[in-house]
Amino acid sequence: MLLADRKLLITGVLTPQSIAFASAQVAQEQGAEIVLTGFGRAMSITEKTARRLPDPPDVLEMDANDPAQIAAVADELGRRWGRLDGFLHAIAFAPTDALGGNFLATPIESALTAFQTSAYSLKAVAAAMLPLMRERGGAIVSLDFDATKAWPLYDWMGVAKAALEAVNRYLARDLGRYGIRANCVSAGPLRTMAAKGIPGYDDLASVWGRRAPLGWDITDPEPVGRAVAFLLSDWARGITGEIVHVDGGFHAMGTDLAPPGGGEPAR
Amino acid sequence: MDKAELQEKVCSILAEQLAIPVEKVTPEARFSEDLDADSLDLVEAVLALEEEFGVSIPEEEMEGVKTVGQAVDLVATKLGADA
Repeated sequence: MLLADRKLLITGVLTPQSIAFASAQVAQEQGAEIVLTGFGRAMSITEKTARRLPDPPDVLEMDANDPAQIAAVADELGRRWGRLDGFLHAIAFAPTDALGGNFLATPIESALTAFQTSAYSLKAVAAAMLPLMRERGGAIVSLDFDATKAWPLYDWMGVAKAALEAVNRYLARDLGRYGIRANCVSAGPLRTMAAKGIPGYDDLASVWGRRAPLGWDITDPEPVGRAVAFLLSDWARGITGEIVHVDGGFHAMGTDLAPPGGGEPAR
Repeated sequence: MDKAELQEKVCSILAEQLAIPVEKVTPEARFSEDLDADSLDLVEAVLALEEEFGVSIPEEEMEGVKTVGQAVDLVATKLGADA
């Protein structure tokens, strides 16, 4: 199994549609022992969702903007396992005035909130977990949405994802000496609670299938979960500072695909 | 379970999940306007209903559900279809 005997922290599980839920499921199927984190009001939802996993894990409270709560999670994992082999960062937030086509009017406070919660928090969690990972090495994976391009509606969340990609590269630089890898998974759009918070998201999702050569099912986060499990495993031991696109191939195409039959090779 | 029993059970689960008195949870009550339930409340309520009745309620089907009565009907349909 890919993750036999691995001890992993999985953040960002909200509903069974969450990308983090699919990641947790694949991780458990591949032999990992996991702990989830939840946050604030959503804790009770995460706890209910955790019961749907093959082996229902514990849920710890962690506000990724609260250093004390992150430290408390690190302490608990240290008591429990004495080490940590990796974690999934699936944490992002932007206030409503930072998303949905309001780019030019977004105030600095809202942009900073998006940056802090969605990008800086990757560094915050990584630094707090370093003492648990530095002896044996490990892997950090974060969930990204291609930030090399501007998207409709995504606005300051897109800027925050660009920051996340940069944070990932700097973590790769500074943690490589401990054998710790850091990688982003740039996923195609999925119909999660996080996506529902973005007005007009379904329009973006509908164009994906027209351009992705493999097609794209916005209701199936499992392909992303598999890539996360791979990056958390030793099979990816030569990969760090990378952004892996799990998007059906959308990112590599310059335009929508030709209609069926139009793109067949000439004989 | 007949429809009246089902309704009673659904209402009591919703009252517990939304932390409101069960008397307020009538079939006519609208989730957002009358019961002050937001999207997170509804997600949690659906998880609780799925758990209690052993059914699966896809999000698309919840989108048209605005009242408690519609939620009861949806669960009834699911139980019928799953039986």
